[in-house]
Amino acid sequence: MKTLTDNWSTYWDGFLGTLSLFAVSAVLSLVLGVLIAGFRVSPVRPLRVFGTLWVTVLRNTPLTLLFFIVVLGLPRFNITLPFYVFAVLALGCYTSAFVCESMRSGINTVPPGQGEAARSLGMSFGQTMSLVVLPQAYRSVVAPIGSVLIALAKNSAIAGSFSVVELLGTYRTINELGYSIIWTFVWIAVGYLIITLAISAVFNLLERRVAVSR
Amino acid sequence: MTAAPGPAPAGPSAFTPLIEMRGVNKHYGDLHVLQDIELTVGRGEVVVIIGPSGSGKSTLCRAINRLEPIERGTILIDGQPLPAEGKGLARLRAEVGMVFQSFNLFAHRTVLQNVSLAQIKVRGRPKAEADAKSRSLLERVGLAAQADKYPAQLSGGQQQRVAIARALAMDPKALLFDEPTSALDPEMINEVLDVMRQLAREGMTMVVVTHEMGFARASANRVVFMADGRIIEDRAPEEFFSAPESERARDFLSKILKH
Repeated sequence: MKTLTDNWSTYWDGFLGTLSLFAVSAVLSLVLGVLIAGFRVSPVRPLRVFGTLWVTVLRNTPLTLLFFIVVLGLPRFNITLPFYVFAVLALGCYTSAFVCESMRSGINTVPPGQGEAARSLGMSFGQTMSLVVLPQAYRSVVAPIGSVLIALAKNSAIAGSFSVVELLGTYRTINELGYSIIWTFVWIAVGYLIITLAISAVFNLLERRVAVSR
Repeated sequence: MTAAPGPAPAGPSAFTPLIEMRGVNKHYGDLHVLQDIELTVGRGEVVVIIGPSGSGKSTLCRAINRLEPIERGTILIDGQPLPAEGKGLARLRAEVGMVFQSFNLFAHRTVLQNVSLAQIKVRGRPKAEADAKSRSLLERVGLAAQADKYPAQLSGGQQQRVAIARALAMDPKALLFDEPTSALDPEMINEVLDVMRQLAREGMTMVVVTHEMGFARASANRVVFMADGRIIEDRAPEEFFSAPESERARDFLSKILKH
């Protein structure tokens, strides 16, 4: 307990760091993921190709490599941003590939007749997706998106190795002060559990709500 | 072999073409599902398309509003060529209503919302005006009391009547029916056919793919018989049913009109 109380402010800063990394990257990945999923099912071929490329590259690259590319690569093109922003970009883009694939599998659960009916009424592709297909895909993507976001929360630990303040990285500071390494990690694990269990709870709630509205 | 578009039918006074298909061709892999289709549907005409399954009649119907893309040929709606994609295609589709075999009502919306949605989003009508129009159309198909239910709570026949109301709500120039009664229990077929007969009497331009020979005989101006992706006959229903010209049509009719 002493490990926690003595280093409360270090833990708290790390916890907030992880939380904010998670929240901002989650929003970015959801927005990008839905957009790219739209690209992948769109009637416009170049958009489909772009979407497929995006998913293939990001889903099949180690996240750490992606961090290196963003943190070391972008400055070569004279793009210098705070490490925090680099980390959000890497996490958000990486996770968007997984969000996209979850969305796409959700879209595939909606019978094609729904989209045909919408188009036959003169709706544009955007209207067909946003008014008819996505609302019906939503109920089947809640659970997989929850898993993707939990993975994102844990993946944010990699940002600690790139000078971003986050929960896992706090062990270095605390360890240097001579506290037990075991208890240091136990409290870090508790911090992650608080975040991931909260995400689970929110998604359980969402799942129950879409089940009722059926 | 392909029949000419045919003379002006007795029904409508002046024959003005509304839907024209010229030299339309389409393949599914090796299957030549539409072969040199020539078909003209005049304003106010009811054209029934019949034929054995796999003859391409559904594909033809779906090609008219480009739910099925075609490879060769042109399709004109009210004199305008059907665009390949984009806003222009969406605009033309809004003018041609479609009723599907499997109803395809929006499962997450109430009956009223199903009928109002495209009026609001595509036609840009204010919600109150759209809902008022929807209610009067639901009244017309005998479903005013079901407005706040979800599609899954209705019977097949009721769902199909809502689908017809939804198509009518756009004030379409023509309606396409792709086997509208094929997924229905026998006792529900008539409630849908009643609505279709009424539309035909009111002068709605209709292209109907169906197996309901009674409807074809009573309400159609022309019967188009298809087999193997071709139009084999295109004639007035009485002539077609009493004296089919082709062997294929005689064979087909003998199979379905036995009882």
